[in-house]
Amino acid sequence: MTRSFMGLRSVIAGAALIAATVSWAVEAAADIKIGSVLAVTGRASFLGDPEDKTLRMYVERINAAGGLLGQKIELVVYDSAGDAAKARTFATRLIEEDGIIAMVGGSSTGETMAMIPLFEEAKIPFISLAGGIVIIEPVKPYTFKTPHTDRMACQKIYGDMTARGISKIGLISGSGGFGKSMRKQCLSAAKANGIEVLADETYGPKDNDMTPQLTNIRNTAGVQAVLNPGFGQGPAIVTANFKQLSIDVPLYQSHGVASRKYIELAGDASEGVRLPASALLVAENLPDDDPQKSIVVNYKKAYEAKWNEPVSTFGGHAYDGLFILAEAIKRANSLEPGKIRDEIENTKGFMGTAGLVNMSASDHLGLDLTAFRMLEIAKGEWTLVK
Amino acid sequence: MSEFLQFLFSGITIGAVYAMVALGFTIIYSASDVINFAQGEFVMLGGMCTVFLAAAGVPLPIAALLAIVITAGVGAALCKLAIEQARGASVVALIIITIGASVFLRGIAQVVFDKQLHRLPAFSGEQPILIGGATLLPQSLWVLGGAGVIVIALHRFFRRTLFGKAILAAAQNRQAARLVGININLVMLSSFALSAAIGALAGILVTPITLTSYDVGTMLALKGFAAAMLGGMGNPVGAIVGGLLVGVAEAMGAGYISSDYKDAAAFLIILAVLSFLPQGLLGARIRERV
Repeated sequence: MTRSFMGLRSVIAGAALIAATVSWAVEAAADIKIGSVLAVTGRASFLGDPEDKTLRMYVERINAAGGLLGQKIELVVYDSAGDAAKARTFATRLIEEDGIIAMVGGSSTGETMAMIPLFEEAKIPFISLAGGIVIIEPVKPYTFKTPHTDRMACQKIYGDMTARGISKIGLISGSGGFGKSMRKQCLSAAKANGIEVLADETYGPKDNDMTPQLTNIRNTAGVQAVLNPGFGQGPAIVTANFKQLSIDVPLYQSHGVASRKYIELAGDASEGVRLPASALLVAENLPDDDPQKSIVVNYKKAYEAKWNEPVSTFGGHAYDGLFILAEAIKRANSLEPGKIRDEIENTKGFMGTAGLVNMSASDHLGLDLTAFRMLEIAKGEWTLVK
Repeated sequence: MSEFLQFLFSGITIGAVYAMVALGFTIIYSASDVINFAQGEFVMLGGMCTVFLAAAGVPLPIAALLAIVITAGVGAALCKLAIEQARGASVVALIIITIGASVFLRGIAQVVFDKQLHRLPAFSGEQPILIGGATLLPQSLWVLGGAGVIVIALHRFFRRTLFGKAILAAAQNRQAARLVGININLVMLSSFALSAAIGALAGILVTPITLTSYDVGTMLALKGFAAAMLGGMGNPVGAIVGGLLVGVAEAMGAGYISSDYKDAAAFLIILAVLSFLPQGLLGARIRERV
């Protein structure tokens, strides 16, 4: 009895030893493992799909150029389909089974918020690609993000309004996630920017007629401009209805519709509409001495040549995230997550597709308002507002 | 006053779309007692097929015609391949099949077309028409006109033609209809094709105003269902009245109360109708005789 027990024990010990050796051996030969959870399919695939394509393309390029610190990057991507619960499960898998040293991902704010506690607990740096300001406010030690926030878009718009002598506006927002969040930010940022919101209307994400709401705004005395934070079909319909009602004040859209599709959908009604957008959208139109020009033009050309589809700002967020991480790893000269975290926080003067990034212990985004360019639609084309 | 008129115009335009969806519900319900929840997908197919055919260089009128034919074909296929196969199943089972078909069609549309939004140019310009301080798009007149033409044509079809009467007869009593020589399968097939064609036409007419994408059908089906219930399931005139009422209720609600609860209008109507007026406004008050 005792002897067979001993035998069993030694077998187990032996197996454990072998297993340990094997896993050690694998780890020694392993690449730098970077994880990502993206909404590659599903409702938010317009975010996750270009992000996924961008990460794959540039990891391939970095590896072809010799990798980082002499090692190849291995990218592990899971598809959350935009589901926060799934994102959390995949984040656990990335941390516990894949053993990643850093994470670049999280297409939406919901997914990101669901994953943050896991990465904070595991002390693995997490660069989010989602817009919400809650991701970095309050600052969490291991969480960073690359996209500009809704509040910055509001401030940029308010700045442009002030320059045009506008101080009283009507707000019509989509009640989807994007519109809701931006409406909140714009309302709270209004006062500090000298803007008074006289009318505040909303519409559902699937609504196809906003003339009642716009009629109410038109009938509100003193409205000098209308701002429409929203995403998807809503803003295109708002723009068409705006023209139908012949409202003769300027219309401002948000960065949520900064794509060619918007001009296409809104047609002639989009003429004269202003909106803040990332430099990527007007890459070729930027003046040659613009320090951001070469970055955005190169990314745009590379993406469009490889995937044969128009570049989107969302893919740009992934580009920024990957390169902020890659440079931090180079500076840290180590694969230890804690050291990489410190170096991400020390990112200074990084020029990405979103703009100039200067991070600090109190700012895990690091972008300033120059991240946005004010655009106006003229003859169906984007033009830079000087 | 001008704002009331504006709300009314926008309500009537959207209401006309709901009315056409409700008409589709009505026709299939008349012929088979089935509530076809894939009706919204017919609207989507009409719009999407036209957009993609037009993009491929087909002139708009021909693209629209082809889209109607294709969608009618899809409706017939739905009847032949799904509903007819489940012959003898309960009505509830058939309704569940149509929900499945709607999910299936949405999935197919994502693959065959894409997941983007699309629009068509307005048929006769985009210069709004000014009436009493309110504005109306020329395209809205197309939508209203389309709904009007359909309801008149249907009325004539059901009252004047032998085949239309055969559909009504089959709806009244399937067994008796079969005994007098009415081909029930053909009646079913044509009612699906017909309501698919009407859905497609609605989709084509509204795409310049509301845009279209693979998933526009769900909400339209729900609103159209509310309209059909309000008007009285099975009554074409009721479908039109119900559709317009739902549309106007929505627009007035959004304008005068709060735009946050716009969609609630349709669902409150469903609840109210089901609890207080199960036959709808114009529904036939038929009692089952034992």
